[in-house]
Amino acid sequence: MKRKMAGGSALLRGIIGTALFIGLWQVGTSLDSWTGVSLPIVAQLPPPSSVLDAFLPLIRSHGFWSSAYLSFVRVFWGFMAAMVIGIPFGLLMAVNRTAKAICFPVFEILRPIPPLAWVPAAIIFWPAPELSITFVTFLGAFFTVVINTVGGAEQIDRRFLLAAQSMGADKRTIFRRVLLPATLPSIATGAVVGMGITWQVVVAAEMISGGGQGATTGGGGGLGFLIWNSYLGGAIPKVVVGMIVLGVLGYASSTIVRIMSTKLMPWNRAI
Amino acid sequence: MNSLEHEAVAPAKQLRGGISIRNVSKVYGSGRSSFMAVDSCSIEIAPGELHVIVGPSGCGKTTLLNAIAGFHSISSGEIYLDGELLCGPGKPQAAPGADRVVVFQNGALFPWKTILDNLTYGPVIQGLMTKKDAQNLARERMATAGLSGFEDSYPGELSSGMARRVEIARALLNDPKVLLLDEPFRGMDNLTKSIMHESLLQIYDRNEVTVFFITHDIEEAAFLGSRVSVMTTRPGRIKETIDVDIPRPRDYRVLTSDKFLGLMGRIVDAVADEAQKAFEAGERELA
Amino acid sequence: MLLGFTLFFSTWLIAVDVLGVWRFRYMPGLWEVIQEWTAKKPKFGVSIFTSEYYTHIWYSLRRVLIAFSFSLVLGVPLGLFMGWYRKFKEFSFPVFEMLRPIPVLAWVPLAILMFHTEEGPVIYLTFLSAFFATTLNAFLGVQSIDRDLIRAAYCLGSKPRDVFRHVVVPGAMPYIFIGLQIAMGVAWFSLVAGEMVAGRLGLGYLVNSAYTTSRYPTIVISMFTLGFIGWLSSAFIRLVGDRLMQYRARVLSSG
Repeated sequence: MKRKMAGGSALLRGIIGTALFIGLWQVGTSLDSWTGVSLPIVAQLPPPSSVLDAFLPLIRSHGFWSSAYLSFVRVFWGFMAAMVIGIPFGLLMAVNRTAKAICFPVFEILRPIPPLAWVPAAIIFWPAPELSITFVTFLGAFFTVVINTVGGAEQIDRRFLLAAQSMGADKRTIFRRVLLPATLPSIATGAVVGMGITWQVVVAAEMISGGGQGATTGGGGGLGFLIWNSYLGGAIPKVVVGMIVLGVLGYASSTIVRIMSTKLMPWNRAI
Repeated sequence: MNSLEHEAVAPAKQLRGGISIRNVSKVYGSGRSSFMAVDSCSIEIAPGELHVIVGPSGCGKTTLLNAIAGFHSISSGEIYLDGELLCGPGKPQAAPGADRVVVFQNGALFPWKTILDNLTYGPVIQGLMTKKDAQNLARERMATAGLSGFEDSYPGELSSGMARRVEIARALLNDPKVLLLDEPFRGMDNLTKSIMHESLLQIYDRNEVTVFFITHDIEEAAFLGSRVSVMTTRPGRIKETIDVDIPRPRDYRVLTSDKFLGLMGRIVDAVADEAQKAFEAGERELA
Repeated sequence: MLLGFTLFFSTWLIAVDVLGVWRFRYMPGLWEVIQEWTAKKPKFGVSIFTSEYYTHIWYSLRRVLIAFSFSLVLGVPLGLFMGWYRKFKEFSFPVFEMLRPIPVLAWVPLAILMFHTEEGPVIYLTFLSAFFATTLNAFLGVQSIDRDLIRAAYCLGSKPRDVFRHVVVPGAMPYIFIGLQIAMGVAWFSLVAGEMVAGRLGLGYLVNSAYTTSRYPTIVISMFTLGFIGWLSSAFIRLVGDRLMQYRARVLSSG
């Protein structure tokens, strides 16, 4: 009985904490109109009430949904490409020592370069602006997926591989039946983290190409662009709504990836 | 290298650390998902006794130990230490403390502290002695236990046998009333285990401490214990308590004596069908 | 390993300089970049011999260091407290987890509003992403501690404050340092993004401005500089961590 109550009170505390946060936000932003005293940083933010007001009209607007869709498509393709190319690449490096010796150093040199630094190079290289954005998105998730895959495969308990060998399995079987399943948890981690990165990059790319200092051509639209535009137009509450929507979408997509990967690993249910 | 010296004149043992477990039960969870881990266990442990609880995996032995140590609450019954209530109605959980120190199954030396720092941790943190004094005492104890030279090593550098001995020494540096050992030698090979047994018995003979020892190894139970309680499979009940009246100090020759074999036979009989039931139920160690 | 580098650079060389295959035609050539980077009087103004190069590096580095320090000082204690005091975590974690998925750049407009200074918004953005990574990993670090170690500490007579100091903090260290390395990585990511949108000077800004002024070799120079410094800073953190947690190294070496 104690555990049920504990779960319930955790939820309650979470709600209280969140309410407190929103409350402080409201007070902090409205303080100057109530008392004439304004807080240094916080006062500049739009109060929650105005955000709430902006919420419904924005959700109802067609432009909003087309932006969301555009961002989503970019995220989707970038993420998919990263998985489809990254996982095999990572596995290759894990099983084939020569491949690793050749590819890994170069990979490690390119990895610390922030994905957005690739934007101009990508724009120069790819004929269509949409492709450049997708490419940069792909890069962001790619490095994470690969590094997690390689790391996971290398951490496998040697004994699993030896056990398979002693039972007469050939290399291909060992790969398919031992290495692959054992690496799945790490691949899953890489996918979840990669998904988060993908959203970050997409929004960044959209803002950069739509506004900011780099007046790069094309690649407009999307939620990042919407936020920037709203800011330029002075509709700050819309900005916050956009932020919230992005947060929800990011969280939802990571959760979906996580759920899908747990489905692929039924053995983790034990204990 | 590893044997303790018996003192020329053994000091008279001051008796303290008597444990009285009365009708203790522990229920986990609630409603449909609840299960009873321990069911109305009663044991009287005399001060200075080396009491062993033996039983199949998952029978609740660790639950009893944890209740004495204060790591979780009991659902009903009482536990007394030297006449004082540890836990009972109105006070379901005892407070953990240095009068009942635990030596853990998988070892719990602090990996980031040196052996010396591990040993001196207890007395220093309780403010019982200065760091210098604690270190001197620790060095003494290490020397007696044959562990000299490892003061500045880290636990990760020690073999499991040595680490376990250090952990026992760490516990004893706090002069506890009760030493709680939760299957401390589990997973060790037999040779190391015999050395550990000798070590423990020597420590027991030299110190005024009650020992509460949990194991699933019947030979270990009979060899070490003054009295052995056999616990049934879950929910754990005390099936039988057997007196081991083999005189101390005991050495390996005891293992082949008729008396010992007879006692083991009794314990085996008591445990055997419990073990079978536990096996069939697919019992997992609750640890 | 050498083979890998040679392969990479020769592919670059061949694809761009020699063959001009497909789109590679438009990319700056390897030789061109190297020449530019090492030139005393670079055509496009940025090489290891120009002060402009180091100005940009310094601006970026400074921002990252400030932001990182803030995230360290605020994030580690917050994460440790969330891990150790369950009630506190129950109050604060939901808010934390709701703010975390918001892409860092989505904060740009608010950051500009909140901080009127030039450097403020960029540092804030960099701080934010590093902060979330640091806090989360410190929190996970506490959770990763073997519960027996905490119980043992209580057995030996510790009070909760002692357990926090002697068990929780050292026990969470490995995760904390992993978190710091991750934080450093995302800090550079956010920094570049921030500089591209709202910055003045700095390597991210340089990448963008080099593009708009058609100084293509400079783009590549800044990219690789970014990569190198990013790697260096993460490696530095790892080294510090290894020094602080010697007990781990010793275990590994004693086999």
